[in-house]
Amino acid sequence: MARLVVLGGGVSGHTAATFAAKWLGSSHEVVVVTPNSKWNWIPSNIWVGVGQMSKEEVTFDLAPVYAKAGINFKQAKAVSINPEGSESEAKPFVTIEYTESGREGESEIVEYDYLINATGPKLNFAATPGLGDANGLGEHTVSVCTADHAVHASQELQKCIEKMKAGERQKFLVGTGHGMCTCQGAAFEYIFNIEHELKKAGVRDMADIKWISNESFLGDFGMGGLHMKVGGYVVSSKLFAESLFAERGVDWLIGAHTSKVEEGKIEYELLDGSKNEEEFDFAMLIPPFAGVGLKAYSKDGEDITATVFAPNGFMKVDANYAAGAYENWKASDWPRTYQNPTYKNMFAAGIAFAPPHIISKPMSSPNGTPINPTPPRTGMPSGIIGKAVAHSVCDLMTKGENAHLHEASMAEMGAACVASAGKGLTTGTAAAMTVYPVVPDFEKYPGTGRDTDYTFGEIGLAGHWIKHILHHLFLYKAKLNPGWTLIPE
Amino acid sequence: MKHEERNFEKSDQFNLTMIPGAFARKMRTCVIWQFIRFVAINIKMIVVVGKSH
Ligand SMILES: Cc1cc2nc3c(=O)[nH]c(=O)nc-3n(C[C@H](O)[C@H](O)[C@H](O)COP(=O)(O)OP(=O)(O)OC[C@H]3O[C@@H](n4cnc5c(N)ncnc54)[C@H](O)[C@@H]3O)c2cc1C
Repeated sequence: MARLVVLGGGVSGHTAATFAAKWLGSSHEVVVVTPNSKWNWIPSNIWVGVGQMSKEEVTFDLAPVYAKAGINFKQAKAVSINPEGSESEAKPFVTIEYTESGREGESEIVEYDYLINATGPKLNFAATPGLGDANGLGEHTVSVCTADHAVHASQELQKCIEKMKAGERQKFLVGTGHGMCTCQGAAFEYIFNIEHELKKAGVRDMADIKWISNESFLGDFGMGGLHMKVGGYVVSSKLFAESLFAERGVDWLIGAHTSKVEEGKIEYELLDGSKNEEEFDFAMLIPPFAGVGLKAYSKDGEDITATVFAPNGFMKVDANYAAGAYENWKASDWPRTYQNPTYKNMFAAGIAFAPPHIISKPMSSPNGTPINPTPPRTGMPSGIIGKAVAHSVCDLMTKGENAHLHEASMAEMGAACVASAGKGLTTGTAAAMTVYPVVPDFEKYPGTGRDTDYTFGEIGLAGHWIKHILHHLFLYKAKLNPGWTLIPE
Repeated sequence: MKHEERNFEKSDQFNLTMIPGAFARKMRTCVIWQFIRFVAINIKMIVVVGKSH
C-alpha cells in the first residue's frame, strides 16, 4: 500500500485528495494535511464581506467529509519536506505541526510515496508596512481573503454606513495593497458590492469610492487584460472595466504601489515615479501572495529549499523558468504536468506552483519599483490542475513509475469568472466573463493572444444567478454529495 | 438629468469612457432577456469548461 500526502485542503488540494481517494479506493492511502478544520468557498467571502452571507454559509467541517471519503485528515500545517528522507528515516517525509484544538504545536513526521503541495498562498500582509505583519492583517484596513476577515470587513462596513446615515461623509478605498499583488478580480467584485450595498442603504451620495490598483490599465486583472466580444465588437477589457467604473461613479487610480498604510491614510508610488497619499475611512487592500514558506532538507540535513522552491516560496514545477525578457515569453513556458523537476514524486497544484513569469507586461517606476500584477490562478484552473495532478499520481501509484502524466496547461485552459454587484435575484448586475486561454498564446492568436469566440464579457442579472448556482454547486461538490464527480471544476 | 449626462460630467476619466444608456441598463435587469442570456452564457461557459479539461 502506497501513501499520497496532500498538503492543503483548499480548492486545489481538496479536489486532488477527493478524486485520488475515489480513484485509489482502499488499496492505497490518502492523507490530507491542512491547518483549518473548515473548508471555505472563498469566492462567496465577498458576500460575507458586505453582510449578505454568514461565515457558516460559506464554510463546512472537513472531518466528516474526509471520514466519508476514507481520507486520513490531519489538522496541521506542513513545516518542511525531506524529499530524500533523513539519516534516520529511509522514506521521504513531511514534518507537520498540529493546529487542531488540544494538539496545537505538536510535531509529527508523515512519510509519503507521493506528495501534492496545494498549500495556496501566504497572505503576505507584512510586505507593506502598516498593512499587517508576520501575524497577518493589521488594524488599519480590512480583508476578504478568509471568511473571518470577511466577517470583520462587514462589521466595519456597517459602522461606516451608520456614520453616513448620521450625516458623516465616508471615503472607501479598495484594491491592491502592494505593487506585486494578484487577485484584482476579488477586489473588483468587492468594490461593486460595496457600491451596491451603499445604494441599497440609501447612503450612496454620502460616499466617495475609489479603486487603487497595481494594474497599468483598468481591466488588466493580472492577465495582461483581455479582448472580449461585447455587443458585436471585440473590445479590450480596459473599455469594459472603465465603463463599469464610470457608470457606477467609482474613481480609479492605477499603476500604483501602495508603499505604506497608516490609520486613515496610505502612501503610494505611481508608475511615473511620483509619490502621493490617499486618505480613507474604510480600506480593503488585497495583500501580495507568496508561498507559505515550506523548507526542504536533503538526506543529510542540508537546506535545499532553493532547489525545490522559487525565491517567492512557490514550488518549482515543469515550467520554463529561464524564459528571460518579456519579448521571449511563450505560452509553452507554462507548466503542463506540475511535477517537480528534481523530485519526480512531488507535484504542486493551484496557487502553490511557481509560475514561469508574470502574464501582464512587466512595468516599474523610474525609481526601480516593480509595479505589475502577478499572475492569477483562479478557482477553475486551481481545481482543474488539482484533478489532473491527482490523476497523474494515481496512475503512477497503480500503473508504475512510467505511467503517462496528465496535462493541464494554463495556456490551454479557460476560466469562467463572475463578479457580482450585490446578491439579489432581481436587482444588481454582475459581470460574467470567460477567458480562453488564461495565459495568452500569441503564436496562435497574434492580435489578442486569446480565442475571441470563447472570451466574452457581459453585464446583467444572469451573472447573479450563475454566481448563486456556483455557490451551491461547489459547496455541494466539495461535501462529496451524490453525483459530485459529475460537477466540473 | 439623464444618468449618462451626470456621470460623464463627473470627471475627465469618466468622460472618455462609454456609459450604457437607459435601454442597455433596462435590459440588464429585464428578467425575460436575462433568462435568455443566462442560457446563452451557461452554454458558453460549459464549452469553455469542456475545452479546458
Ligand atoms: C476574496 C476572494 C474571492 C475570490 N473569488 C474568486 C472567484 O469568484 N472565482 C475564482 O475562480 N476564483 C476566485 N478567487 C481565487 C480562488 O479562491 C483561488 O484561486 C483558489 O482558492 C486557489 O486554490 P488553492 O487550492 O491553490 O489555494 P487555497 O484555496 O487558498 O487553499 C490552500 C490551502 O492550503 C492550506 N495551507 C496553508 N498553509 C499550509 C501548510 N503550511 N500546510 C498545509 N496546508 C496549508 C490553507 O489553509 C488552504 O486550505 C478568489 C479569491 C479571493 C481571496
